[in-house]
Order: sequence, then structure tokens, then C-alpha cells
Amino acid sequence: MCLGIPGEVIEILTDRPDLAKVDVCGVKRNINIGLLEGEELNAGDWVLIHVGFAMSKIDEREAASALEFLEGIGQAYAEELAALADSEAHRG
Amino acid sequence: MRFVDEFRDADKALALSAKISELCEPGRHYKFMEVCGGHTHTIYKHGLEDYLPDSVQLVHGPGCPVCVIPMGRVDDAIAIAEEPDVIMTSFGDMMRVPGGRGSFFDSNAAGADIRMVYSPLDALKIAQANPAKRVVFMAIGFETTAPSTAMTVLRAEAMGLENFSLFCNHVTIIPAIKAILDSPDLRLDGFVGPGHVSTVIGCRPYEFIARDHGKPLVCAGFEPLDILQSVYMLMLQLHEGRSEVENQYSRVVPWDGNPKALEVIARTMQLRPYFEWRGLGFISHSALQMRPEYARFDAERIFDVPGVRVADPKACQCGEVLKGVLKPWECKVFGTACTPETPIGTCMVSSEGACAAYYNFGRFSRERVKSATRTVDIELSPAPS
Amino acid sequence: MRGDTAESPTAPAAEQSRANWAEDAVAEHAGAEHLTREELVLERIERARRRKARVKEPRITMSHGAGGKASRTLTEAIFLDAFSNPVLEELEDAASLTVGGAQLAFSTDSFVVSPLFFPGGNIGDLAINGTVNDLAMTGARPLFLSAGFILEEGFPVEDLRRIVASMAAAAAAAGVTVVTGDTKVVQRGKGDGCYINTAGVGVLEREVSLRASGVRPGDAVLVSGPIGEHGVTILLARGELDIEADLDSDTAPLNELAAVLLDAVPGVRMMRDATRGGVATILNEIAVAAQVSVVVDESAVPMLPVVTGACELLGIDPLYVACEGRFVTVVDSEQAEAALAALRGHPLGAGAAIIGRIKDDPPGLVLLKTSFGGTRIVDLLVGDPLPRIC
Repeated sequence: MCLGIPGEVIEILTDRPDLAKVDVCGVKRNINIGLLEGEELNAGDWVLIHVGFAMSKIDEREAASALEFLEGIGQAYAEELAALADSEAHRG
Repeated sequence: MRFVDEFRDADKALALSAKISELCEPGRHYKFMEVCGGHTHTIYKHGLEDYLPDSVQLVHGPGCPVCVIPMGRVDDAIAIAEEPDVIMTSFGDMMRVPGGRGSFFDSNAAGADIRMVYSPLDALKIAQANPAKRVVFMAIGFETTAPSTAMTVLRAEAMGLENFSLFCNHVTIIPAIKAILDSPDLRLDGFVGPGHVSTVIGCRPYEFIARDHGKPLVCAGFEPLDILQSVYMLMLQLHEGRSEVENQYSRVVPWDGNPKALEVIARTMQLRPYFEWRGLGFISHSALQMRPEYARFDAERIFDVPGVRVADPKACQCGEVLKGVLKPWECKVFGTACTPETPIGTCMVSSEGACAAYYNFGRFSRERVKSATRTVDIELSPAPS
Repeated sequence: MRGDTAESPTAPAAEQSRANWAEDAVAEHAGAEHLTREELVLERIERARRRKARVKEPRITMSHGAGGKASRTLTEAIFLDAFSNPVLEELEDAASLTVGGAQLAFSTDSFVVSPLFFPGGNIGDLAINGTVNDLAMTGARPLFLSAGFILEEGFPVEDLRRIVASMAAAAAAAGVTVVTGDTKVVQRGKGDGCYINTAGVGVLEREVSLRASGVRPGDAVLVSGPIGEHGVTILLARGELDIEADLDSDTAPLNELAAVLLDAVPGVRMMRDATRGGVATILNEIAVAAQVSVVVDESAVPMLPVVTGACELLGIDPLYVACEGRFVTVVDSEQAEAALAALRGHPLGAGAAIIGRIKDDPPGLVLLKTSFGGTRIVDLLVGDPLPRIC
């Protein structure tokens, strides 16, 4: 029920400006973008889809920084593991 | 899938898991409640608990809007569906929920016309295509879904539809969290906060939890890394002696919510003085109903609903499971009288309920299963040329 | 009107009743000891699940046709109970019979798919391929089919012509002949256009005994291609979801592919085609029949991106989505690579993959190692996410 899925905006429908065609992994559906009134929405933007409505425009900068944090942690962890393996090797 | 796969990366999960373990004080146990049904589902579907140290426990809260609908309300919906010329429409996960006499599926078997829809807008289409029928939409969900229902009503109004109405069972999240916080037998260290509800209401409404109750809350996304990162952020807050609301799901959740969504809800709906939550009892100002100006779209005004309360069997311990006091398997009727096919109470009724999620996904002895899956050596087949 | 008064939350309406079905369920298990250890609770659940099947509902619901728990209960409690005989009790895809020295396979399948025509085929293709596949899964060579039609008054003859033409083409492609049939017509409103039943007979010329109970710990589990295409195609073709996708049903005759596998690899334990209830249902059947655990690696299960996308969008688990041209096979681990190569050598098996292993513990369960690295079980389907799928 909380089901929200990210999808990419393909086109805003000219005859129905409250609808946009959105693509999720090759599956396309018309989504109501009325809840994003006031926000600029263009083809190539990503939105969060829930029961046929776009709830929020995905902030790519925030997404990138979230991933950066995760990459950073992953990197630090990998380095720690490598350091541990190294020290084990030296001990042995 | 973009914005999904990156947040399901196993390597990053290991890293986060290590960082969480580092923050665990020896001898201390941590209990965090995750409120959203969607979070419960993700945790079990991806096997997230395998990444948490034994001293960190996730407890499942009342954030499953299907689960909290009392049996009597299901009976009311069925009564509407059984009126002549009615087509009832509903989300898929409501179809199996049993009321006092049976579920929507059972009703169809007995001759009603209850159809599954993906969006309330689909119900509008059915109404347009069937002018001689009265089409009713079973509206459920927290603040995540209420705006979609509201937009649908506004669209029905704009289209001048005369044969469409909705049976409003929208509930609000803050009163449910308050009920948890006011519960005497509960000991929580913090909350994995709602994700999609927060896209609508923003993060401010949770500030009282951190400020007045001293419990940190992190709004979390729905991919497994989102939840794991949120647990890490909670542990960090505890470690640093902070108690704040943080937004892990910032790629989707705006701090101030969605003003348009809040506006359409306010235009079409108002708070009920009280509403019964299955497992939690009556909570005041915790649910929505149609405003009088929209009476012609309100199924409760158009149809006669019996309004009979159906009590859960005395053996049902959902109230305690919902508050995180009992684990699913600790309930006396778990797995015997109460199974996904015969769900006695709210926690088993939808696949997002704590007991259903545990039964469907997690019902195994962790050690035996870990040994079975770890020693499985499946060389991933090389990609077909 | 409810919810309109200013009553305090602690003084609600006086009327209250109880749900009889829930009270009965509790009473049935009354007196059961309250166990305090998780292990004991899980054991008790397993015992409860092994109890004799009983249909509790007074009426048939859509769940009974979904291929999951309810279907299984119906089969055991009503059909097995009445017809009881050792051949039926095997509940394999086709019955194995010995008649006058010949080993025969005999199977039947009914088709109620809606809509009748969809991308990749129509009900006629399903009707021929479905029964051909059931026979092929026993290792038999499918030979002769029957075709029974139940037509609704008002059904366009042109549509019937199209369906039957497809059936003729599918039969030719599969190397089988439709040798007998029947037609009935019901009044308008009493049958959804066209329902078809096919039954088939094949001959088992190989020295094989393929059954789910023959699976052993250590064996490898393979799937012949990407999953979920038929189910998602049908769901989208219904047009109610307003979704566009470039996807066709995977309906296909699997007898050639099965023969290729059996020729190349002597250690095939069993084959079963994944129809309603999807791959997850087959894996559960294996786990229960052989009392083994089936461990699957989620990232090894092949799936087209568009199937992944549609399932995520609709909140459906692709493991439970119907296929109509894919089978699951379990082979001796030493021959897993050879089996894979054999399957991939045939056009219908190009996307084949090794998806898991058989272990001995915990018996009767299907375990999934998620792509995230965690574990969960894959239980039998409850309810019916995709009605009238085949």
C-alpha cells in the first residue's frame, strides 16, 4: 500500500496537461501529475508514482548525495577489510 | 531500475552493518519501531534483519492502512456492494480481508460485483463506462493516498459524474504514533519514520516525538539500504546524545511536504471526531471523512451502512503486537488459528502486517536457514551470448 | 450516519457482534499449549500445515483457481478424496500409465484466459501448448490431443476461426494431431466467449521416471528461460491498467526442448512447466514432495526488465507470475553445466539459467537468498493476484 515507484517522465500530454507519460523499466503509463502543480516538470525528470499519481519530483542532487554517502561508507569498509587482510598477512 | 537498484547493493549493506555494530554499546539493547507497512514488507522481503546485530531489534508498528480497518467496516463495504446496481472498486490488497462474514472475494462468489483497481482514477473510468450503475471506491490509506482520492473527487466533480462515490476509510499517522508513545508497556529507542506519508505531510509533524518524548526519528525510504542507513543514523543520534528528526529519504521527501496535496485533502475532507482502529481501539481525530459540500460523493451518506462493530476474538493479541510489545510468534494463536488464510486479527490480514510478513517471509529458524543459504554455491550462470 | 456525533472516543455504538468464522478457528485450536520458544512455535506451524486438507469456504472463490494454497486444498480435499487412486495421488503434470506393455502419459488442461487474444498468441495457442507441455514434462513424446469447446451464444465465428487456425498451427509446430473433439453452446451471458479443454496422450519411450519426489540434496535447480512474461502480458492486455509495454506471452511447445535436455543429460530428476502460480509454486511442490529445501539465488533468476518494471509498479512478486512456455528442472549437480548448455543450445532455452540448489534442511521450505544478501522464505501463494491468467 505504501507502494511508490520511481519512474521517468517521457512526455507531458499536450491535450491533458495534468497527465504525463511515465516509464518504469520499459513499462509506460499515463500518470496524473496534478499534485505537482507549480513545479516545473520536463521529459527526463523522475517522479515517485503511487496509485496512478506523481507524489513528488525526485531530487537528483539529493539522490546523488545519498549515493555518495553510501559509496563513501562502502569504500571505507573495503579499505578497512583490505587493511585487516594486510595486517593478518603480515602477522602470519 | 534507477533509484532502486543502487539502494539494494549488498556490499554497501555490509559496510552499513559494520558501522551499526561499531555504534552498539556492549550490554545495551536497542529497539526501533518502523511504522510503515511498506517498511515491514521491505525488511522481510529482502531479509534485512540478517544485516543487523543481535542487539538491534526492529519492531513493527501500526502503519498498515489495510490492517487497521475493523471487520465491521469491511462488512459495511460489502453491504454497499450488495445494493442493487452497485460496482464496488478496491485496491488489490483489500480483496482478501475478511469481515465478520467473509471477504470481497467471498462476496463476489455470492454474486456481488467488486473489482480490483490500481488507481482511484480507474474507478472513475468504470463509472463513466457504466452510467446505469453506481460505482463506489473503497478509499483506504494514510496521508500518502488521501491526496489521490481527493484529486479523484475533484476530477469527478469537474466531469459532472453523478454515479460515483467513495467509502472513505483514510486514516492519519500522527495519532497512531501518539497512541504508541502513550502506551505504558513500551520501550523504544527511536523510530524509523514514515516515508511516503512524509512526502505529503513533510517532516515537521514528527518534531514533537524528538522534542517532547526524546526519541529520535529518521524518515526512511523503502529500499533496503534506505532502512539500513536510517538505522545507522538513529544509532549515531543515540551515540551522540541527540534527539532529532532527520530525513534519510531526502531524494523524495521535501521537509515541508506537498502543499498542493495538503490543500486538496483539506478542500474535500475533514477529520472525524473519532475512528476505530483495529487492534488499537478508538482514537480521536485520526481519520478522514468527506466534507458536507462533497456529500454527493460520500457513500456513507448515499447508502445505508449497517455500522455494526465486529469484535476480534478474545484470543487476538494484535494490540500488543502492533505496539511492539509482543513478537508475532509470541502471540498464542499465531500460526495455528491465525494464518494468512484465516487471519484472526489485523497483523495477519495484509502482507504488510507484522505477523503476515513474518509468516510469509521470515518463518524459519535463522541459524538453520543461514547455514543452508550460506553454503549454497551457485556459480551465477554466465550471461547468454 | 456514523462518525458524525460528538461522542467521546471511549463511548462508541452499543451494538457489537462477533465473526463466526474467526471464533470457530480459535475454538478449533483451543487448548494448544502457549509455547515460549520461537523454534517450538515454528514446529507447531509445520504440524498444523501438514494436517488433512479441508475446504472451509461454502462457495468457490477466485483463490481456488489461482494455483496456490486454496487450489491445492481443493484438489486434495475434494478431488483426491473422491477419486482416490495411486496414479492421481502423484499429482504430477501428467498421469503415467501402463497399457498393454506401452508406457503412456495422459493429461488434461482447461483454458479460460481473458482476454482471448493477446500479444504473442490467443487461447488456442495456450490450449495446444499447455497440454503438449504437461505431457512433455514426464519425458513422454506427445502424440494425440482432444479439443473440447464451450462457446457462448453470440460469439463471432470469425474469432473462432482465428483461434482454431492458431491451434492447427501450434499442433503442427509441436508435432501432435488433434484427433477428436466436442462443441457445446451455452446461452448468452453464461460463458465468457470461448472456453477450451484439451486432453492429450503421449508415449514414454525413454527409461526415465521423472517425479518431484526423486529430487536429492545437492541437485541443481534450473529454469529454461526468463519468467513472468505470460502473466504480465495478460494483465496488461486486459487494458484496465492503462499500461503500455513491449511484451509478448511466452506460450510455446516445450517437447523439443525437453527432449534435447533428456538426450544430453541422464541425471534429470524432474521437469515441470511453470503455469499459474509461477515458478514459486513449482519450487514449493518440489520441496514438499521430496521433503527437501530448495534454495534459490534471487539474482540468478532471469527476468526481462519490462517484467521487473511491471511487477514493481503493480506490487506483484514475479516468482508467482504465470509463464506458458517455461519449465523448471532439477538435475544431478555433476551435470548442471551440461544441462544448461543443452538448454541454451535450443532457441526456446536461450535464456536458461541455474537458479538454485537442493539442500536437505529445513525440509519442505523454499528459501530465497535475496539480491540484497538477506534470506527469506518463498511460501505458497495465498489469494489470487492475477485471475484468469490461463
